[in-house]
Amino acid sequence: MKKYGKFAGLITVVVGTMVWLGVTGGKQSQAYYKTVNEVHDMGNKAVGQRLRLEGNVAAGSIQHVGSQTEFVLEYQNTRMKVVYTGSDPLPDTLKDGAQALADGRLGPDQVFRAGSVQAKCASKYESKPELSPGQPAPNINSGKSSI
Amino acid sequence: MENLGSLAILLAFCVAIYAATASVVGRIKRKPFLIVSASRAIYSVWLLVALASGILVYKLLTSDFSFSYVAEHSNKTMPILYKFAAWWGGQEGSLLFWTFLLSTYTTVVVFTNRRRHRDMMPWVVGVLATLETFFLLLNNFIANPFRMLAVDKLITRVQDGQGLSPLLQYPAMAIHPPMLYLGYVGFSVPFAFAMGSLITRQPGDAWIHTTRRWTLVTWLFQSTGVMLGMAWAYHVLGWGGYWMWDAVENASLLPWIAGTAFLHSVMMQEKKGMMKVWNMVLISSTFFLCILGTAMTRGGLVQSVHAFARSDIGKYFVTFMALGIAATVYVILDRLDYLKSESELESVISRESSFLFNNLILLASCFAVLWGTLFPVVSEAVSGEKIALDAAWFNRLMVPIGLFLLLLTGLGPLFAWRKTSVESLRRNFQIPGIASLVLVGGLFALGIRHVYALISFGFCLFVALTVIMEFYKGAISIAAKNSMNLLRAMIELTHRNTRRYGGYVVHMGIVLMFVGFSGQAFNKGDTREVNVGDTMNIGVYHLKVADIQMGDTPVYQWHRATVEVSKNGAFLGTLEPEKRFYMASKQGTSEVAVRVRLNEDLYLNFGGMSDDNQRAILQAYIRPLVSWVWIGGLVLIFGTLVCLVPSKVKMQYARTEVVGITKSHATIEN
Repeated sequence: MKKYGKFAGLITVVVGTMVWLGVTGGKQSQAYYKTVNEVHDMGNKAVGQRLRLEGNVAAGSIQHVGSQTEFVLEYQNTRMKVVYTGSDPLPDTLKDGAQALADGRLGPDQVFRAGSVQAKCASKYESKPELSPGQPAPNINSGKSSI
Repeated sequence: MENLGSLAILLAFCVAIYAATASVVGRIKRKPFLIVSASRAIYSVWLLVALASGILVYKLLTSDFSFSYVAEHSNKTMPILYKFAAWWGGQEGSLLFWTFLLSTYTTVVVFTNRRRHRDMMPWVVGVLATLETFFLLLNNFIANPFRMLAVDKLITRVQDGQGLSPLLQYPAMAIHPPMLYLGYVGFSVPFAFAMGSLITRQPGDAWIHTTRRWTLVTWLFQSTGVMLGMAWAYHVLGWGGYWMWDAVENASLLPWIAGTAFLHSVMMQEKKGMMKVWNMVLISSTFFLCILGTAMTRGGLVQSVHAFARSDIGKYFVTFMALGIAATVYVILDRLDYLKSESELESVISRESSFLFNNLILLASCFAVLWGTLFPVVSEAVSGEKIALDAAWFNRLMVPIGLFLLLLTGLGPLFAWRKTSVESLRRNFQIPGIASLVLVGGLFALGIRHVYALISFGFCLFVALTVIMEFYKGAISIAAKNSMNLLRAMIELTHRNTRRYGGYVVHMGIVLMFVGFSGQAFNKGDTREVNVGDTMNIGVYHLKVADIQMGDTPVYQWHRATVEVSKNGAFLGTLEPEKRFYMASKQGTSEVAVRVRLNEDLYLNFGGMSDDNQRAILQAYIRPLVSWVWIGGLVLIFGTLVCLVPSKVKMQYARTEVVGITKSHATIEN
């Protein structure tokens, strides 16, 4: 049974290393999903925490200041200013009204500094078709309240 | 026509239920007529689904905007290719596409095996028809593609449709989903055969032999699909990368990893009669990961940049998977006796053990990716807090795993079966080992200090040399015997055992891809606001903004920068990154400009205009070695194709094969 001991040893080493990598890496890599109003309600507890802030981009709020981009995320009437500090280009899908996820930390000045920003990818994001004015067309067989 | 389409999928749903029932009942009650009628029902399902698909495609091509699906995913100005691609551009259509592929596969399986495997075929048909039933259920009742736009119960139409998202209007994106789907759907067939074989307690490995080619083709589609997705991300999304460990990307990778493990471990069963339970588990996992992948992309199971915004289709997938997994586990546990291994492991340094570790690592990485992907779901269920893991977490785990796998790619094929002697180790590994050490030492002396990159380059050379030596040694002996030149001898060698040498070529492709991956360690990037006449330096390149223009087309507005690139004073050419804004979908896209070279890509993206509209935001990136990822991908595809060519010499493996189990198993159970 000596050879099975060897196998068991090797397997333990491999699996152990992975678990160790996963667990120790997990601490630094975890980000809590929170919506803007949830973060607002957390008050000072939210400051400094790694968060994935969810909200909709407020209309007209996207501004480029130097090479930095700022915008406001809103969710259920709560607004939060986000400063993008990352180096990768922002996604093309980030536009007024888009549902966005900003990954970063909240500063003591209540400004959220995000290292990366995702916006709902248009590929699978099903928006509501817009009809031209004067053409209300409720969809009778899909059960959607409006299309 | 919409009624005809709806009727066709409804009828297909009923016929699929019949096929599943008749096939299984016919097998159990031994009624050949029922079994034959089930096969015919399978053909009918294909006809009906093809009819429904034909109607949807026809409506897309002719822009009939009274169809809700057409209005949402097509418009008048779209090129015909993308009108066709809109078939799989949205949820309802892509699920219909799934069903279409599945019924096509099922039909091919039933037709090609109509005179073979009489014993297990009814169960194979039963499994596939059940799957068809599930997808037709979705097509009919959850995501019906034949919904119409209507006002007060009168069918109406809109002037023009929404159009396919401009991000998807890219050639690679038109074929990427079908490739992935061909892969996803394809794994159902080996799974169905595995189950059929298990349920009827087939002696031998008939299911593996029957589906080997099938699995390989499916794996080829899956690989191609994943790589096309990477190429699309690199060339369209404008962030200079090709993989960010997004849930949907992971969804395509998971079955690929499990499928790769399966392709390797079936060799153990074919040649040594080992790992039978393991193979059952692997093919089942691969299959259910495919379903999970579809659920993730189509069902919004996990928060993702790609996932659908609103959909409750996920719960149907979860229910189906729960039932399917329970049934599969039951069947495997119930038939455990029949899956006894015929030999056992003998040495840690042997081919068997390298397969074992290959499988262990692949499965572990598969589990890690799955864990990371589902972590928000798991953590929400456990603690109520939805927690995400970022790309850094994945890299932290997957980079070492990948490197270890790369090393095994070199070691494994050269270990002998059963036990490897020290002498053969020395003979096979001395030259590659020393060469890699020299390379790593040289790179270190040149100032490269990135540990993973050094290890990766070392392993890449090691594996490449072992592969080249294998070809060389084999070809030399053939050339000597048959007085051929070396190149012809190599082709002859490959032709004699396509599986083995095709496999080596695939490994070579993986090596080249790793060379490309390692380039990431040396990425550089810079973002500037520039005006006409401004310059910036990145890497060895000097960039000068020659012009910034803007304009309109009927479909989109554009901004374009003309950038002159020079290196050490020598003019290299101009790059013109462009930003487009599509009016219909109110969406921007980046048309990046990339100077592609084997050593490094210079990647320019037009980030947008500054707020005062005076300056352009220019993002410049250096992406070393990225071309090797694509080259490696092509080599991998070529190698897989070589594996599919029948070998000239039929290999016979001496091994005892179990041809019957016990008395009670030998008689066909009722």
